Amino acid sequence: MKAKVIITPKRAVLDPQGKTVQTALEHMGCSGVSDVRIGKYIEIEMDGDRETVEAKLSEYADKFLANPNIEDYRLVFED
Amino acid sequence: MKFAVLQFPGSNCDQDCVHVLRSVFGYPTRLLWHKEYSVGDADAVIIPGGFSYGDYLRTGSIARFSPVMGAVKEFADNGGLVLGICNGFQILCEAGLLPGALIRNRSLQFRCEHVYLQVASHNSPFTGQIPEDKNLRIPIAHGEGNYFCDDETLQSLEDNDQVLFQYVDAEGDLTDHANPNGSRANIAGICNEKRNVGGMMPHPERASEAILGGDDGRLIFQSLITALKNQPTLA
Repeated sequence: MKAKVIITPKRAVLDPQGKTVQTALEHMGCSGVSDVRIGKYIEIEMDGDRETVEAKLSEYADKFLANPNIEDYRLVFED
Repeated sequence: MKFAVLQFPGSNCDQDCVHVLRSVFGYPTRLLWHKEYSVGDADAVIIPGGFSYGDYLRTGSIARFSPVMGAVKEFADNGGLVLGICNGFQILCEAGLLPGALIRNRSLQFRCEHVYLQVASHNSPFTGQIPEDKNLRIPIAHGEGNYFCDDETLQSLEDNDQVLFQYVDAEGDLTDHANPNGSRANIAGICNEKRNVGGMMPHPERASEAILGGDDGRLIFQSLITALKNQPTLA
């Protein structure tokens, strides 16, 4: 099974990369951009059924893949 | 009195720390490889700067799971003195031994320059010997030194006197302009609630001899040494 871990900075955390890209978009003439957040994307291939993989990845995302002080994450699954 | 300086793949300030403790201060100091399971007979542990594990995923996030960090946690839980410098500070935050996290500098630039620090608390083994009203001039060298914590954590840091150092300008004023990375409350260094674990982004080991352009960093190591001498368990 393929799992995707999508990690984004928490709302309260300053995201200087996002801000810089937002400004660049505006300078390029792309109007209407109200926010840009830059995070991380991890693809993981893992054996097991969906429930097992989800339980295991949640555990490791909480303690390793994402830092709960500064990041949120969500898991997306593909069969 | 013996010191251990941790060494991870990617550490690059380890030898500087050993040099200062061994050659400038004259104490037995050994390097402790990340695969060790014990800090041995060390009386204090220094986690040096660098780019452990290439800063992959997040700074310090992989180093914190190395065997030696299990030993450091146990050492710290038993009251042992631990100082993390730069990447060492990042590792201690990732390990949960210090609150908060260090994120990308708000300028997105790697900042490598001398800064001025005000001592926010003298009540710690890391700052005890720094004269009152003395601001320190010490270099920083980091891309991810922007100290972040939530409001509640910041409040508890302030309530418990856990902020050790804050960035100020040459006149000693705590201004936004003096903040090189965007850290909350200009924080450059903190300690834990028990006050035996400290972390700081600036590099005292690069400012411990006059020939290097300043020796204000000595005061931090001197504080640590004095604190160890005053520990009742040490001869």
